[in-house]
Amino acid sequence: MAKETYMMASEFVLNKSRSSELIIPNTKLETDVVAQSIKIESGRQLADIKISSKNLNVYYGDNHVLKNINMSIASNSITAFIGPSGCGKSTYLRVFNRMNDLIDSFNMNGKVEVDGFDIYDKSVETDELRKKIGMVFQKPNPFPKSIYENVAYGLKIQGIKKKSVLDDAVEKSLKQAALWEEVKSDLKKSALALSGGQQQRLCIARTLAVEPSVILMDEPTSALDPIASAKIEDLMTELKDQYTIIVVTHNMQQASRVSDYTAFFYMGDLIEFSDTKSMFLNPKKERTQNYITGRFG
Amino acid sequence: MSRKLTERSIEGGLKLSAVLTIATTLAILYVLISESAVFFKEVSIIEFLTETRWTPLFESKHFGILPLLSGTLLTTFISILVALPIGLTIAVYLSEYARPRFRRSIKPLLEILAAVPTVVYGYFALMTVTPALKMLLPGLSGFNSLSAGIVMGIMIIPLISSLSEDALQSVPKALREASIGMGATKFQTSFKVIVPAALSGIIVSVILAISRAIGETMIVAIAAGQQPRLTLDPTVAIETITTYIVQVSLGDVQHGSVEYQTIFAAGITLFIFTFVLNSVSFWIKKRFKESYE
Ligand SMILES: Nc1ncnc2c1ncn2[C@@H]1O[C@H](COP(=O)(O)OP(=O)(O)OP(=O)(O)O)[C@@H](O)[C@H]1O
Ligand SMILES: [Mg+2]
Repeated sequence: MAKETYMMASEFVLNKSRSSELIIPNTKLETDVVAQSIKIESGRQLADIKISSKNLNVYYGDNHVLKNINMSIASNSITAFIGPSGCGKSTYLRVFNRMNDLIDSFNMNGKVEVDGFDIYDKSVETDELRKKIGMVFQKPNPFPKSIYENVAYGLKIQGIKKKSVLDDAVEKSLKQAALWEEVKSDLKKSALALSGGQQQRLCIARTLAVEPSVILMDEPTSALDPIASAKIEDLMTELKDQYTIIVVTHNMQQASRVSDYTAFFYMGDLIEFSDTKSMFLNPKKERTQNYITGRFG
Repeated sequence: MSRKLTERSIEGGLKLSAVLTIATTLAILYVLISESAVFFKEVSIIEFLTETRWTPLFESKHFGILPLLSGTLLTTFISILVALPIGLTIAVYLSEYARPRFRRSIKPLLEILAAVPTVVYGYFALMTVTPALKMLLPGLSGFNSLSAGIVMGIMIIPLISSLSEDALQSVPKALREASIGMGATKFQTSFKVIVPAALSGIIVSVILAISRAIGETMIVAIAAGQQPRLTLDPTVAIETITTYIVQVSLGDVQHGSVEYQTIFAAGITLFIFTFVLNSVSFWIKKRFKESYE
């Protein structure tokens, strides 16, 4: 399975790099062909495509921060975004749950699809979208409420009031986030009293409680110590059976340890995208090579 | 050398003004306490606190603070009832919905409300609000706590909206993102996450507003009447502590008489209230300050 998807990803990279040398109208054609071929391959047995972006350009005012990004993300896998600071990783991640919409100067064109639906279509309710595409942030950001209230929050805002339903969801999510054993004795405790690592797992539990199908993680362990980070990494691996996970990281070891696919961005361009193993063992581009070996960025 | 001297004299000047401020406060406190001690030699504290009539200026004298206190608390309560929902709505709107540029220009405009001389508010209450309310409530008397309370509420709106907005703004952006990221609407985020997170700051703003309303004099003196009455009825004339102090200070009561000493007893009651409120708000501020570091 890994081998075939690797084929798909590397072929995609090749096409992409070729297309960037072509004139723009052809680019779209190329990527359609690529998308087709992925579908055919995936049709055999493998992972479907969960998210794809086509000719995506993002601007903040005049600042062109993502340049013609074409990419397909397989479901039930972990995809890592790497690249030097300011290259657009977070921006790209936040395209998928439309968090950039909150920024006034944000502007984009191109197509972004989740499960084949255009999420920037006029008919899309962003609130509904964000329930399906959860997000975990760089710094743990629990609400200043109890552990229980934090996890139940997403369900409560959906109007679920029944205590038994909420209780079950809280327990299930905390178990999924590997936090249950540590907190089950006192769910009324303030979330702010937890350690940083526990807070981050709580934030993951909070996200899981609304049962999204995708989890976006923006440097989820950068504020944590190595042991807490390792726990989050284990957790991610466990969760990928049920969720599609995209993680932004500056930690190359982390990317190589947890992710199935890795995308390398540089100054708004998607430079290389392939399965993680070959990206790290055998990068196709010099830039990628330099970055992952720590020669710049 | 001379630079050092300037530095020193500036420091000295600053110190002096700090000392002067504290000294003034202490002097006021001293006068309040010593003068009301004279009063409490004549009138027992029990009577002062339990008697339900306040008639020091009449033939049959009664010295119960309760009617004045009820007048003060009633007008204050009405003003908060007006100012809290409006002030908080404005604060949430400005902090969570308005664009930054709009927020920056509207805030000083709102604060003008607090800069209007209170005598203007007083006449506004008496000449405009009371007659208007009379159309709805025909039984309303010419002086009443309702219109004074409403107008006082309008005056303290900026106090609540401005301080609450600061409190809302200081809630970390990360909490907004967390809530929005879970599919909450802006409205849900505002009222289920941001307002609760800013609650201590909001409470402080309300306490300061209460403290301001309790001490407010002109509006109530003009529009609420001068009839000490132990009542919760907002449609009749009452008298607040502050109004009574003005009334006696301006009247021809003989200095040194028990009647005159009453204003110090009333004054110290007022002082205790505002002192306690300010201490509570100070404590809340200190207690909850570090919660987001
Ligand atoms: N809210 C914003 N308004 C305007 N420009 C922004 C905003 N957020 C990011 N940018 C710009 O967009 C570009 C990409 O930023 P982004 O945060 O996506 O980078 P990143 O790869 O996540 O970086 P880092 O690794 O430092 O988190 C940068 O040039 C940044 O200055
Ligand atoms: Mg980032």
